Amino acid sequence: MDLFGVLSRFWPNFLSGVGTTLMITAICIPVGAVFALPLAILRDRGNRVLSAPIRLYVSFFRGTPALTQLFLIYYGSGDFRPTLQQVGFWWLFKEPLLCALLAFTLNTIAYQVEIVRGGLQGVAGGEIEAGRAIGMGNIALYRHVILPHAYRLALPALGNEVILLMKSSAIASVITIYDLMGETRRVYARTFDFSAYFWAAVLYLALTTLFVRGWHRIERASTRHQSAQPAVLPETILPMAFVRKMPR
Amino acid sequence: MTTSGPTLLVENIHKSFGSHQVLNGISLEAQAHDVIAILGASGSGKSTLLRCINMLEMPDHGHITLRDERVAIRKDRAGRSRPSDVRQVQRMRRRLGMVFQQFNLWSHKTALENVALGPQAVLGADRKASVARAEALLTRVGLARHCGHYPCQLSGGQQQRVAIARALAMEPYAILFDEPTSALDPELVGEVLQVMRDLAAAGTTMIVVTHELGFAREVSNRTMFLHQGQIHEEGPSAEMFARPKSDRFRQFLVRTRER
Repeated sequence: MDLFGVLSRFWPNFLSGVGTTLMITAICIPVGAVFALPLAILRDRGNRVLSAPIRLYVSFFRGTPALTQLFLIYYGSGDFRPTLQQVGFWWLFKEPLLCALLAFTLNTIAYQVEIVRGGLQGVAGGEIEAGRAIGMGNIALYRHVILPHAYRLALPALGNEVILLMKSSAIASVITIYDLMGETRRVYARTFDFSAYFWAAVLYLALTTLFVRGWHRIERASTRHQSAQPAVLPETILPMAFVRKMPR
Repeated sequence: MTTSGPTLLVENIHKSFGSHQVLNGISLEAQAHDVIAILGASGSGKSTLLRCINMLEMPDHGHITLRDERVAIRKDRAGRSRPSDVRQVQRMRRRLGMVFQQFNLWSHKTALENVALGPQAVLGADRKASVARAEALLTRVGLARHCGHYPCQLSGGQQQRVAIARALAMEPYAILFDEPTSALDPELVGEVLQVMRDLAAAGTTMIVVTHELGFAREVSNRTMFLHQGQIHEEGPSAEMFARPKSDRFRQFLVRTRER
């Protein structure tokens, strides 16, 4: 075992693995968020015809292992190659990385739908009513009243989902993707030195810790309105970040 | 703007929840500058009446007319009332302020944002102008120094005054008050009532559901007493309080004063 030797020899591998892991997370989470919001709203507003397929989707992707989903997409798509080529979607299933991105995005959408739906249901009825009473239509109501609340309520759970995806993206390594876990396996295969896995663990821990810190900042900033002390400085409608940049 | 009819006309409102008939044919007419107090024991349908007027609850029968525009209602297949045109209801609500018992301020927005949002989001008002106006309105309700406070940093009385400013920002033809002081600590009731007195003195058309007999007697020019979903007695406030006609209203006055 040569703890530091492995790191000093293979740090470029680890670094590139970290990059790939971050890239997978940074693509799947926001893309998932974009799709999760309308689905959560549809599911929440309870038209039975529309919410039934969403429920089915959610229970499938939450009820099966991500590894299974990944294999279904990656190996399963091969069986449908002629059809997929015909409809022009083969490019998506040909590349392991694209398969992984697709699988993780579909997976995180399911979780995010439930997270956002929880947030939507937590919005105080009186505040929605106040919006209606002032003449807001649905769009204004969602934009100014419901969504700001729902996402504040959902923030802790969403942060959790980001961490879970960041870690579970490690399973992409089994379909030849060199994310952090994939690079680590490669390093191990060349050295048979298990300290490669030690460094992988350290790096995953570092990634999640840094993320948690940043996320806490966002959570704190977004729950300013719940603090007992009024903001000392600007009595203004502009966001704080913008105010700080303004000349005095 | 000149209008021929009353500012707010409420005709023959019926509303039931399941088999429970809450409102049983209520009509009401508010001319400009009227302050109408609506009294009644709890469960008499006062709050439901207000909520039917701005259609937060759809009345089963009856019509609402705000400044000569009658809100069209249709029946859906299940026989329930629906607005024929949701936009028309929204247009009506923009000019018919509502102040809630529980304030219902938007908790993630400052006092100033609460007041400025309506004009910005609904009336498409210019940001700068609506902020300036919000500041002026908060000053008017005595909260000039609380513009940057969030609702949870304000007392109940202050929150309710922000809510009144929020209603005023829409330049409503009339404002509905749903028991505006019932959720307040006793020592905070006065500041809210004072703001409402000032509004009345400035000629604001107001419909006020309240338990504050003093306010009804001194500020409102007309009083309605609801009982079991119907108007049991109504008239000019001075007269009604000096010479209550029905036994029930007399009893109500005695019992409410004793509290």
